Amino acid sequence: MSEGISQPDQPQELEGGPKDLFSKFDDIIALREGLLSQGQEDPFSLVMERVLSPTRAICNGRDTILLGTYNYMGMTFDPDVIEAGKQALADYGTGTTGSRVLNGTYQGHKECEDALREFYDMDHAMVFSTGYQANLGIISTIAGKGDYIVLDIDSHASIWDGCALGNAEVVPFKHNDIDAMEKRLRRIPEGAGKLVILEGVYSMLGDIAPLKEMVAIAKKYGAMVLVDEAHSMGFIGDNGRGVVEQAGVMEDVDFIIGTFSKSVGTVGGFCVSNHPKFEIMRLVCRPYVFTASLPPSVVATAATSIRKLMHGSNKRAHLWENSKRLHGGLSNLGFQLGTDEAQSAIVAVIMPDLEKGAAMWEALLKEGLYVNLARPPATPANMTLLRCSLCAEHSEEEVETILGMFERAGKAVGII
Amino acid sequence: MDRAEVDTKIRSLIEPFNKKGVELSDDTGFANDLEFDSLTVMDFVAEIEDEFDIIISMNQQAEIENFGQLVDAVTKLQDS
Repeated sequence: MSEGISQPDQPQELEGGPKDLFSKFDDIIALREGLLSQGQEDPFSLVMERVLSPTRAICNGRDTILLGTYNYMGMTFDPDVIEAGKQALADYGTGTTGSRVLNGTYQGHKECEDALREFYDMDHAMVFSTGYQANLGIISTIAGKGDYIVLDIDSHASIWDGCALGNAEVVPFKHNDIDAMEKRLRRIPEGAGKLVILEGVYSMLGDIAPLKEMVAIAKKYGAMVLVDEAHSMGFIGDNGRGVVEQAGVMEDVDFIIGTFSKSVGTVGGFCVSNHPKFEIMRLVCRPYVFTASLPPSVVATAATSIRKLMHGSNKRAHLWENSKRLHGGLSNLGFQLGTDEAQSAIVAVIMPDLEKGAAMWEALLKEGLYVNLARPPATPANMTLLRCSLCAEHSEEEVETILGMFERAGKAVGII
Repeated sequence: MDRAEVDTKIRSLIEPFNKKGVELSDDTGFANDLEFDSLTVMDFVAEIEDEFDIIISMNQQAEIENFGQLVDAVTKLQDS
């Protein structure tokens, strides 16, 4: 700063610095500082110093049970998966340094797409660098200006961003409301392209969509259907194909979007489809074309993990037991939960407000338990949630330990 | 329905959402004056859509900031 502009007769700068493009974040900066000034550990700056297993880590110096990861099937330390990654690292190097459509498609990318096609028993599979990009890419590419997207109001950010990028007419309906969805479909002008976007499991409350009814209605109005199964892959349905499989509507769903960063245990995203022209997506989908492809070790671990998940019925059964045990236990302790019964591997505990939620989160962390603190605007109805996501590797005893931690923390904070 | 009738109808639909009883004019802003948050907007838009059997897409909603603009938009949409 030159001396010329720091003269005493200059107006005082407003607190928080001069007004610039960052001024729009002042409210959220104040909210965060307010929370931290109460002596809370920062819920959004947790560091895992060491990861011991899919269910345990050293967090901020403490041995901690992990109940807030999306490692549903516990594949991150599977010996076969790790070995496949090491081999690919040795054979193909650390990265592709290129787009899938140029120099970024290795044997491993094709094998990963083969594994997905077999897993879902579908004709086409396309691997993206993240799940976010899979939604962004597919939605923005197939639904453009003049087309209509009808979607659940509680859809994930990647879905909303895909809608915005494609410039389609966006028509939301009330969460899981079948009638509201039908009314909107009925009013779309004749001849317009229609895409209905649903999620199998909604990750905030852990509730599932009534896909049987919704997909039937979408088809009645001639809409294409895209279902995001990020939180159900590997776990829900007899073959782990998701809520679409559980609801018996695989045949009527045009696109399933998924991710490798949850049950598969690494990172990446994908879309599977039976559409005869699907392969053209590889040339016209910008979030697929204009980014580097996944490293060889990542697609190798993903392919190995996906193939193992096909035979994961015992793990699926144990994960259901865990989810039901935790849900029932928390319910009995008097916590208010996001669903009346366990519908997925996510159990959402509803907090009275953000302050109590943050205090509870911290009390649990000190007990040695990590859960997700979710708060507005990511949450429906401006709720503050402690989201618990179970893993097939949590033992029955661990779930009981977790319930004990919730009981002590809940009483200390005054929630139960 | 002509513009005046649409105006009257929307005035009655907005009542349960107008918790502070703000006096309505064409310049009344939904975010500023009525202090609608995103959830209220969704419920209110759904009421209007059902009443007039129309779609007000989010793209169209982005252009509607005050009461007068809403009445204009609905008058136009119900004719198309």
